[in-house]
Amino acid sequence: MRCSAFFIRFLLGLVLVWMSGLWVPAASATGLDPALLAPLAGDDTDAKLEAITRLGTEASPQAAVVLDALANDRLYVTPGAQLLVETSSGAVDAITGEPVSAMPAQAETVSVNNRLRRAIAAALSAARLHAANPEQRLAAARGLQRGADAAVLPTLEKALADEQNAEVKAALAIAVAALHLKSDTASLRIQAAETLGSTGNAAFRPVLQAVLQQDAQGVYAEPNAEVRAAATTALHRIERHLSMLEWIGNLFYGVSLGSVLLLAALGLAITFGLMGVINMAHGELLMIGAYVTYAVQALFRSWFPQWLDAYVIAAMPVAFVVTALVGMALERTVIRWLYGRPLETLLATWGISLMLMQAVRTLFGAQNVEVSNPSWMSGGVTVLGGLVLSYNRIAIIIFAILVVAFVWALLNHTRLGLFVRAITQNRRMADCVGVPTGRVDMLAFGLGAGIAGLAGVALSQLGNVGPDLGRGYIVDSFMVVVLGGVGQLAGTVVAALGLGAVTKFLEPYSGAVMAKIVILVLIVLFVQKRPQGLFAPRGRSAD
Amino acid sequence: MKRRLVLKQLTAASVLAMAGWMPSVWAADTIKVGILHSLSGTMAISETSLKDVALMAIEEINAQGGVLGKKLEPVVVDPASNWPLFAEKARQLLTQDKVAAVFGCWTSVSRKSVLPVFKELNGLLFYPVQYEGEELEKNVFYTGAAPNQQAIPAVEYLMSEDGGGAKRFVLLGTDYVYPRTTNKILRAFLHSKGVKDEDIQEVYTPFGHSDYQTIVADIKRFSTGGRTAVVSTINGDSNVPFYKELGNAGLKATDVPVVAFSVGEEELRGVDTKPLVGHLAAWNYFESIKNPANAKFIEKWKAYAKAKNLPNANTVVTNDPMEATYIGIHMWKQAVEKAGTTDVDPVINAMAGQTFDAPDGFKIEMDKTNHHLHKPVYIGEIKADGQFNIVWKSKGPIRAQPWSPYIPGNEGKQNL
Repeated sequence: MRCSAFFIRFLLGLVLVWMSGLWVPAASATGLDPALLAPLAGDDTDAKLEAITRLGTEASPQAAVVLDALANDRLYVTPGAQLLVETSSGAVDAITGEPVSAMPAQAETVSVNNRLRRAIAAALSAARLHAANPEQRLAAARGLQRGADAAVLPTLEKALADEQNAEVKAALAIAVAALHLKSDTASLRIQAAETLGSTGNAAFRPVLQAVLQQDAQGVYAEPNAEVRAAATTALHRIERHLSMLEWIGNLFYGVSLGSVLLLAALGLAITFGLMGVINMAHGELLMIGAYVTYAVQALFRSWFPQWLDAYVIAAMPVAFVVTALVGMALERTVIRWLYGRPLETLLATWGISLMLMQAVRTLFGAQNVEVSNPSWMSGGVTVLGGLVLSYNRIAIIIFAILVVAFVWALLNHTRLGLFVRAITQNRRMADCVGVPTGRVDMLAFGLGAGIAGLAGVALSQLGNVGPDLGRGYIVDSFMVVVLGGVGQLAGTVVAALGLGAVTKFLEPYSGAVMAKIVILVLIVLFVQKRPQGLFAPRGRSAD
Repeated sequence: MKRRLVLKQLTAASVLAMAGWMPSVWAADTIKVGILHSLSGTMAISETSLKDVALMAIEEINAQGGVLGKKLEPVVVDPASNWPLFAEKARQLLTQDKVAAVFGCWTSVSRKSVLPVFKELNGLLFYPVQYEGEELEKNVFYTGAAPNQQAIPAVEYLMSEDGGGAKRFVLLGTDYVYPRTTNKILRAFLHSKGVKDEDIQEVYTPFGHSDYQTIVADIKRFSTGGRTAVVSTINGDSNVPFYKELGNAGLKATDVPVVAFSVGEEELRGVDTKPLVGHLAAWNYFESIKNPANAKFIEKWKAYAKAKNLPNANTVVTNDPMEATYIGIHMWKQAVEKAGTTDVDPVINAMAGQTFDAPDGFKIEMDKTNHHLHKPVYIGEIKADGQFNIVWKSKGPIRAQPWSPYIPGNEGKQNL
């Protein structure tokens, strides 16, 4: 029943579109007119565009199927110029909708470019204004808010009158308002300007500005002063909203960059901060964590494709354990012989970092490897009408909080943490009272490395995974640890978030290159003034 | 006794071979050519495949009997993405190994670094990558694109109706000589098309930049002022975080198309392509071009990768600089045969007007005077499988203009 109601509405809408005088089709009951589809198999973009526009006004549901297939690269053309749609259950003929035996091997996808994609989206939006699913209607209404053709206005007004869902109604009202701004009735124009102003959406700035435009003689494009006043108010509202969005956006970006820096630096805060090892191979531990993520993803792809979205979760413990083992092996074989000799440690770990990079290059190739975001980490949520917070950034902020909590609990509420803190404060005394310093060193280094591995999992979700991944983070990590105060976990957290926020508030004014330089200069000045960092260790700490 | 002697000899021989000295024993029968590509460091990602494709071309030429009856002998060195080391290794190739020609370099910085060496020692360099122009040297043949063979047509396409009719442009690049010069040319070109300065935004990021949140938010804001397109000269690695951020921020290719000059099939191999689909790249060659020469080229490369057991051999792809390397080596071979010698000056003269049936689908020609190839231009949209769907192509090969006519003071500088 619902379906047939939908079709009646659909037809009504289409009739309105036809009345605008575009074209009168010979809609056949069963399928599409072969002549209508023929241009899609050709190379002429203009002809294709026309065919798409005409398909958008076609009453047959098969038209929507073809448009959808075209948009998603699922429309194929055979050497014999037959058009086929690839569906989940096999190939069907695009004209009749009848299934065909199989997709011929030589069939090629019908290529579309961005201009055609836009036309397809508009055609589909107009058709979906009456879809049964409110989400589809919402998307359709949003699709028509910007730059819609005046011809769809009657359809939109009709849809607005029929619409029950409040959210869709609001979206439709905006779409209608954008078109009403060019209406002949002054009151409608005033109302439209007010509606557009209330959205706070920057996309409507150009149309509102156009209202206020003066020509060479000083004559306004808009004759009515009241409408101009309404447009000015609307523009002010939008500007205010925008500057607020910008501020909140910068804050979010700053926290997000800070959480990345924090994750990258936290492992180092343990190895360098607490143990005093200048670990130049820290970046490579991040890289190993990222490669473990890649390996886990590959494993999931071939063994548990149905659980693929969960591979990131599975990668975390694996990355932690693998990098912790690598770290412990490093500590046992190289670093423990070099305690108290920072220069040699620096050189040795630098050498190790080169070896690790080359090892990965030999194993996985010099190319970057592909780590894709799970679907729940792609895209973002729009808040306050215009600010997009991406899911992967949000996930990483949460992840950073969890990791910090984990490290904090480990250092403050476990025996190992107690030992580590004791050794940091006074190694000899700890040794005297029976703390197994050697073992604790190994475990603490393993912990630092393991956390670097966890950070690698997070980094793999943001950027490239390649042998050089660590190089980009090593300097930043040291910066955070030194700025925060060596040996201070809280300092690391504050320094990372502070650096992130300062960078992001500087960037819009100075550009990314200059922001980086300014930050470095600031840190140099700060460390000159306060060599112990933000949070100095209190009390009588030995060495 | 005897066995021990054999052992000793074997060890000595293998040590020599490892040091790269072994072939000098039969050096008289071979012609040495140098391959100067970074096999480690940041540029290894892009340059390793150029080294391999050069070796493949040399193997192919040797299988057909070599050049002037002699076999070619490749001398591979690794300048390790270190620009001064490029100059050192180039000097080594020319003075110690006495190579007849060098195929190499990727970044403009590395090319600028080796130029003085080639000029001083009168060497011969084949440079296979698209670049910013504003240079023309007697000792260099440029088999990649000049700006008018890539950047300018790409922007023209963006301004056309098919490309979306862009009115505003964000010129986004990594902060070094190639993006800066290209954007200078593009800005002058856009001015000539009536685009005003307030509709052009130039943004640079450091090498290896990975946090594009602010820049993408900026692009989004900028794009509300009218149809906007992004011209990206971002270098290799940073592209992935940029496109990811773009996808997550909900900027689709239909809203704000991005055309990239440094993103090709090879760069897309290590990338999750979902957020990139529909964005554009401009090159002179794509793997997806259909013609017999290209089919043969791809087939050869795949077979070669399998035979040599290259990393990820079953997913290898071809790209524009690889094609340019391949063309360069074959054209050099033809020129040597025409000149009858490998001496640099006669070969340079013989290079003028050489033609080659290139995988890009045309019989392309080395210009008679300006050391650049006449190349066709293709614009492709990124597909989900990491290949390109060609949406625009030039009518035929275009002559290079190394000195851009849009930069004042370049008039009358077209020839050598």
